[in-house]
Amino acid sequence: MHPALSVIVFTTASGAGYGLLTWLGIWAVAGWLPANRGLAAVSLALSLGAIAVGLLSSSLHLGHPERAWRAFSQWRSSWLSREGVLSVATYLPALLFALGWLGIGSTSGIWGLFGAVSAVCAVATVICTALIYVSLKPIQRWNNGWVLPNYLVLAAMTGALWMIAVQSLFGILDRSVVIVALLCIPLAALLKLGYWRFIDRTASRSDAGTATGLGALGRVQLFEAPHTSENYLMKEMGFRIARTHARKLRTIALVAAFVVPMLLTLLELVLPMAGVAFCAMVAAVIAMLGVLIERWLFFAEAKHTVMLYYGAERA
Amino acid sequence: MTSLPAHPSGKRLGLVIDLDICVGCHACAVNCKEWNSGGVAAPLTDLDPYGADPLGVWFNRVHTFEVGEGATGRTVHFPRSCLHCAEPACVTVCPTGASYKRAEDGIVLVDEDLCIGCKLCSWACPYGAREYDYDAGVMKKCTLCIDKIYNETLEEAARVPACVATCPASARHFGDLGDPSSAVSKLVRDRAGYDLMPELGYAPTNKYLPPRPRRGAAEGVGAGAELAPVVAAESGGFLAWIDRLLSG
Repeated sequence: MHPALSVIVFTTASGAGYGLLTWLGIWAVAGWLPANRGLAAVSLALSLGAIAVGLLSSSLHLGHPERAWRAFSQWRSSWLSREGVLSVATYLPALLFALGWLGIGSTSGIWGLFGAVSAVCAVATVICTALIYVSLKPIQRWNNGWVLPNYLVLAAMTGALWMIAVQSLFGILDRSVVIVALLCIPLAALLKLGYWRFIDRTASRSDAGTATGLGALGRVQLFEAPHTSENYLMKEMGFRIARTHARKLRTIALVAAFVVPMLLTLLELVLPMAGVAFCAMVAAVIAMLGVLIERWLFFAEAKHTVMLYYGAERA
Repeated sequence: MTSLPAHPSGKRLGLVIDLDICVGCHACAVNCKEWNSGGVAAPLTDLDPYGADPLGVWFNRVHTFEVGEGATGRTVHFPRSCLHCAEPACVTVCPTGASYKRAEDGIVLVDEDLCIGCKLCSWACPYGAREYDYDAGVMKKCTLCIDKIYNETLEEAARVPACVATCPASARHFGDLGDPSSAVSKLVRDRAGYDLMPELGYAPTNKYLPPRPRRGAAEGVGAGAELAPVVAAESGGFLAWIDRLLSG
């Protein structure tokens, strides 16, 4: 599948934003959020800003962005519509939570409840994002059980890393968040490795034989394409990446998204505050770059059954 | 509404495509382009049509496959267009309600005024039936010539999709596949018509008829016995000596 930059930026930025919002909401309920206006302002701006940037980015790939509001209408059948509805709906409890923490200086009682509702909405939105891909049967590399946990844990991981980074800017080191990050990073790495192992060892049930229904007569190979230049289908669904490049990019993604952030986060437990702030910021930025590469690969390595009509023998 | 019709009428208009007869002339694809360039889905935009890298919207594409290898191999021409599935995920994934399946005849259509051009429907279609119009910013697809098949200003015989009307080999048939007594349903039964990628569960309406078994003997294809394949001479003996003498 063609790796569209707008969709890659959307899923990674909004994933981190919703991850951060989730942890803030949970921390509010637990009573662990410091009543620090500066921290509240930066945390909320980063979280809600990342979500907003993601949503705007996703509308950029539309043929008619001015009609984007119509996408809120079909939540009964469409995961994309559900994602749209929830992404906007999340802003309601999130802004009330922000009013409490930033405006009134309280994250207890009703204000903490708004935080909890924000967290639930944030997780639900990430689930919808993942299910858009999971629900597509023509793309076996998305239509499997690995994709949803990958999306959820990567959002949780990047959210936790940003939470540490913002807190450390205000001289706060909350060891609970560090522990959350130290649990999320290896879990996310394992899930990603599991996903890659899965896509390397399995193939779609569909092949050129079932796509044409001619498989019983022998091997089916494209003899002559219907057109001499590329069409929309080949541009959108026919993106191919060399296996050697995919291997290298997987290694880079693993190192940037998981190995480096893990080491830096471990260092935070022993370094003085200035060192913590530096490590936390670098860990968050490097992890985001790693997840961007991971997300690019998620698209670039996905194969669509339509290419069975254009010379692919397996999808 | 992108939910599927709760009460479909049972009528399922669609095509039956005979892969035994198709000669791969692309007339169906060309006539489809011609009709629909002036029809309800118009324009079918072409970008750089006379340049080095033309790119355009077509609803019908004819692929040619080599099936089997060596002496048993054969060439099969394979027209590909929207199958108007009973379970069209292209409809249910649509976030805006632009994609819909008609309850009255099962035709899958796009309302271009509602389409936001997110392209998700094209990802959801295993068959590549939907093409994005880069110029109009909306998704386009086969309408089963809805502006032709119900057009009462046309003679009744002309009220068939453009691809069917133009096929010089009569490899394409149009009718109600929801009616077991229709001519197309009978054809599907008689010729063991099949679904494409049934494993994905889209339950396509359109059916494909397989190539008939090969007829190797000369009489089998109506040729005279003198045209029977030449049998290679055995390596030894009198006939082989004659063969060498004559070949020399």
